[in-house]
Amino acid sequence: MTTEDTVIGALAVRPPKAMRSELFVSRTRAAMWFLLPMIVALAVVAGWPLLRTIYFSFTDASLSNIAAAKYVGFYNYLNWTTLKSGRTLWGGVLADPAWWNAVWNTVRFAAISVVLETIIGMVVALVLNADFKGRGIVRAAILVPWAIPTIVSAKMWGWMLNDQFGIINDIFLKLHLIDHKIAWTATGDTAMTAVLVVDIWKTTPFMALLILAGLQMIPKDIYEATEIDGIHPIKTFFRVTLPLVRPALMVAVIFRLLDAMRIFDLIYVLTPNSAQTKTMSVISRENLIDFDKFAYGSAESTLLFLLIAVMTILYIWLGRVNLDGGDR
Amino acid sequence: MLWAYTKRTGFYLLVIAIVVESVFPFYYAILTSFKSGTSLFEVNYWPTQISWDNYAAVFQNGSFPQNLLNSIIIATLTVALALLFAVTAAYALSRVRFRGRSLLLLTILSVSMFPQIAVLAGLFEVIRTFGLFNTIWGLIFSYTIFTLPFTVWVLTTFMRDLPIEIEEAAIVDGASPWVIITKVFMPLMWPALVTTGLLAFIAAWNKFLFALTFTSSNSTRTVPVAIALLSGASQFEIPWGTIMAASVIVTVPLVVLVLIFQRKIISGLTAGGVKG
Repeated sequence: MTTEDTVIGALAVRPPKAMRSELFVSRTRAAMWFLLPMIVALAVVAGWPLLRTIYFSFTDASLSNIAAAKYVGFYNYLNWTTLKSGRTLWGGVLADPAWWNAVWNTVRFAAISVVLETIIGMVVALVLNADFKGRGIVRAAILVPWAIPTIVSAKMWGWMLNDQFGIINDIFLKLHLIDHKIAWTATGDTAMTAVLVVDIWKTTPFMALLILAGLQMIPKDIYEATEIDGIHPIKTFFRVTLPLVRPALMVAVIFRLLDAMRIFDLIYVLTPNSAQTKTMSVISRENLIDFDKFAYGSAESTLLFLLIAVMTILYIWLGRVNLDGGDR
Repeated sequence: MLWAYTKRTGFYLLVIAIVVESVFPFYYAILTSFKSGTSLFEVNYWPTQISWDNYAAVFQNGSFPQNLLNSIIIATLTVALALLFAVTAAYALSRVRFRGRSLLLLTILSVSMFPQIAVLAGLFEVIRTFGLFNTIWGLIFSYTIFTLPFTVWVLTTFMRDLPIEIEEAAIVDGASPWVIITKVFMPLMWPALVTTGLLAFIAAWNKFLFALTFTSSNSTRTVPVAIALLSGASQFEIPWGTIMAASVIVTVPLVVLVLIFQRKIISGLTAGGVKG
């Protein structure tokens, strides 16, 4: 935005009294009515339920009798009882090893998947940014994993990774990479790898397309200049492409990170009951619905919410999200 | 010369690897869905038989047709509602300057980011209070939480870029805001509406957590939940053939839609992601 634009913009903010009159007032009033349905809908479906979840986390609510919930303070988060022997027993989410295991699983999953997706996504984006025959086919092909519902991809991969009849074991045996069939999703050591493989397969296309959008905004003449100067393509990538695509890349990374932190569907279907892959969302729902520890589960989901809220603020700040209108 | 040749070959090998890796799991699901009996448990890389048994089983046994119908109704109504609310809201957010606009936009963006598990407990109570538990209305209601912020955000970004002169001309002619939206903006916005509608439809079609939690009987479930819970005669006997057939049925329409609208979808995704 040039200075001139800014000046005009500043003038538009406060129109002279005369202009403010009827038209301005009626427009603003109409805007309020237009916004009302959306605000009410979001308040009922997001705002209120969020407040209730936070409230439940401070109560002893149970699934069968939510109405009878009584306030118990921070009991679900942390509580302790001192025994006669002088030993102190700690309870609550913050003292629960299962919860910290889930936190660790979530963080590990998010970090590894986002790093690998970024690298692979970058490679795919660079390929798609090149000019070659059949580019349309590649672009169409990478949209396929994105279009497939998560549950379906979990089942498809579950079948491919099946220990007895799975094609992955068959391929690996034929290539002599393994000497016996592996129960990928059922073994503790490989369950997380299986989840990571499926998630990377499914979400790399999204990453690649976001990076590609950034790549396409780089003017072509920069590359012509580096070519004339005889700079090595790898140096060009690190010195020219990467710095220029970084804003788009950063936004894509944080976007994916927020998404990875709340992963639920894939793990619930691909590796149910595996402690090695249980994430924060999975353990929260388990307590909320399956184990009838409604209040405890609420506390866990509140903690996840707080974590993601901090990350969202970071995203909005780093992404320098455009909140201007088109009404200059 | 040789180097250039190697480079070209390497590049095309990479391209082939990307294509194969993207498409193979879906190809293998289709392959499996056409197998029947014991051949299901032989690993084949190429089609060996075409049997419709699994597809027949999907449609005959249980509630799958009902689940499919539920998914179609829920996704369609969710998108229709979201677009209706979003068009008017996006007009106000992009065209009218009022106090608190930036804050409102930030709130909308945050809602689309926060984890659905965080509202699960509260929504469960709301849905039970309204008597919507185990109905498709409960799902349509709860799906608003992600379709509405998304559609509002993308449509706001789109409307912001429309030239202001068109609107000014309409104001000079004495058009009311409602007329401006329906007669001036709507005709210009069809491409954006189709894209956002399609993306929201796919999202609603695929959603799992709410559908799993807010329904409890076979007749109200959506297809993702039905597929996830599909089980065989015993606990240890997973009906892979039927699961693959159901998966293919659910996925083929999406893949076809995505391939038809691929350009629009890519621009919609990046508008919601990079710009937003």
